[in-house]
Amino acid sequence: MATSEENMTGGPAIPRAAAASAKKSGSSLGTIVLAVLVIGAVILPFASKNFFIFQMTQVMVYAIAILGLNLLTGINGQFSLGHGAFYAVGAYTAAILMEMQGVPYGWTIPIAGVLCFVAGFLFGLPALRLEGVYLALATFALAVATPQLLKLSPFEHWTGGVQGIVIIKPDAPFGLDAVLNPDQWLYFFTLVIGLFLYWLARNIVGSRTGRALMAIRDNPIAARSMGVNTAVYKATAFGISAMFTGVAGCLGAIVIQFVAPDSFTFALSVALLVGLVIGGVGWLPGALLGALFIVFIPNVAEDISKGLAGAFYGFFLIAVIYLAPQGAGGLIRSGLARVKRML
Amino acid sequence: MNVAAAGMAPGGGVPVISVKNVTVRFGGIVALDGVEFDIHDGEILGLIGPNGAGKTTLFNCLSRLYTPNEGDVQLHGKTILDQPAHRIAGMGIGRTFQNVASFSNLSVRDNIRVGAHSASKSDPVSDALRLPWVRKGGEAIDANVNELIGWLELEDVADLPVAGLPFGTQKRVELARALATDPKLLLLDEPAGGLNHDEVHELGSLIRKVRDERGVTVLLVEHHMALVMSVSDRVVVMNFGRKIAEGTPEEVQKNPEVVAAYLGGGDA
Repeated sequence: MATSEENMTGGPAIPRAAAASAKKSGSSLGTIVLAVLVIGAVILPFASKNFFIFQMTQVMVYAIAILGLNLLTGINGQFSLGHGAFYAVGAYTAAILMEMQGVPYGWTIPIAGVLCFVAGFLFGLPALRLEGVYLALATFALAVATPQLLKLSPFEHWTGGVQGIVIIKPDAPFGLDAVLNPDQWLYFFTLVIGLFLYWLARNIVGSRTGRALMAIRDNPIAARSMGVNTAVYKATAFGISAMFTGVAGCLGAIVIQFVAPDSFTFALSVALLVGLVIGGVGWLPGALLGALFIVFIPNVAEDISKGLAGAFYGFFLIAVIYLAPQGAGGLIRSGLARVKRML
Repeated sequence: MNVAAAGMAPGGGVPVISVKNVTVRFGGIVALDGVEFDIHDGEILGLIGPNGAGKTTLFNCLSRLYTPNEGDVQLHGKTILDQPAHRIAGMGIGRTFQNVASFSNLSVRDNIRVGAHSASKSDPVSDALRLPWVRKGGEAIDANVNELIGWLELEDVADLPVAGLPFGTQKRVELARALATDPKLLLLDEPAGGLNHDEVHELGSLIRKVRDERGVTVLLVEHHMALVMSVSDRVVVMNFGRKIAEGTPEEVQKNPEVVAAYLGGGDA
């Protein structure tokens, strides 16, 4: 976004053509990557241990959350350091409905989605007055407040206070439990929901709504002059984004079988933001790569050195940002453009 | 077009736009002071004046980015001041920006598609689920957009991001985007800025083509005197927030007050 002004004056024809071919291959690349991933994803749970299946389910959960953040930040240009809060709302919705009200887990997902859409939309309204770093600060406040609100004693009856809520792991339904163990079932359950949400996100970006969102990101005044009601679209973007992240939280709670206030600290919001930047801001498939990073790289760092895990994580982060300043998406696209030029 | 148009409504009837006694103050500074003029159907009205004359302020009143402290702006006899800025495009007023305000990360095609926003309908839920009428609406937008791409000869660059295109091309994209709103009135804010001599000449014929072939009334705010005098049917001259002259290009050029304003003389 920030580079647009510098690009404006640049006229030489070759980089322009390269950018165009990179863009074109970007969209077809997305389709190929998606197809390969889906095939691999279906085979994976039959060829790996339960703990790895569990980890990959977590990757998909985070990918959904990052996808939501990408719609807000990458597509609409609004920053959020507080998406952990919407993730928490989704997670607690699942836990409270399942354990207190006996609602089947499948139903908690649309309920969490609607609830988080409303929460996001309402938060998006006052956020309309804030831009850039100021919006980041306001959302930061949301992230900081959330764990403490969840611990408050008046809500303890529902939230379980500091202790949190334990959820019973669901078995595969329709007699599928003969074929799939609970880890495998939750993996496929998350995969299907994840693919559906990815389809929704792609449809939005390619539609009139998506163009309005990107127009606001690139030039809000011009967008308004073209008839885009910027206030409604920005609040809606917040709602949709929160909905994705809330559904992720809901799935995350079911998968991890436990919610507690300290799972949803500011660190979670930052992790989502890290995943977004690593995957590539504005590039939807990047969500998966970002999620892989935030799930596995901390473990890798810990394997290298227990005492310096944080330092190694930081090192990896800096290395990735240095090597791929546009995230994985930018790296893949520029790599493809280079290959094309050589051929 | 026709010299006799001066001061009269060529088509008769209600003017497309009536600017009535518009006054804008920023703090203690009076940016516009009781400005009045009409724009008639099918004409090209040039609005000129030295730097700081209030041209852009007036322009922003017409596109509802500013609200005048006094006075009224009427479109076909009805005030537009009770409408928010995002409704103006849908009411038939399209605009371009002084230093191009493209959606720079989007392709040329998508920029123009955004222009068709107000002329089309959809909601986020139908868009997300890609319901059948969304596809139909998208095809209608694309037909409109493709026509404009052809009309403005943007085929070669249609799928490139706008950011890397030459300035003159970006301006044409902006014009296409403004035309995609299907305007009755097109507001052009210094379209010649940053263009070379040949490009300005082309721009002149393009503005006339917009009026002649698409039936769009044009308000041209411009510094470039030769361009304004060659394409405008009538010219309004402003200085220090006031209208100091109005008439055909010939009349205005002979007006002593205008000459004084441009030559910087005190009292003429």
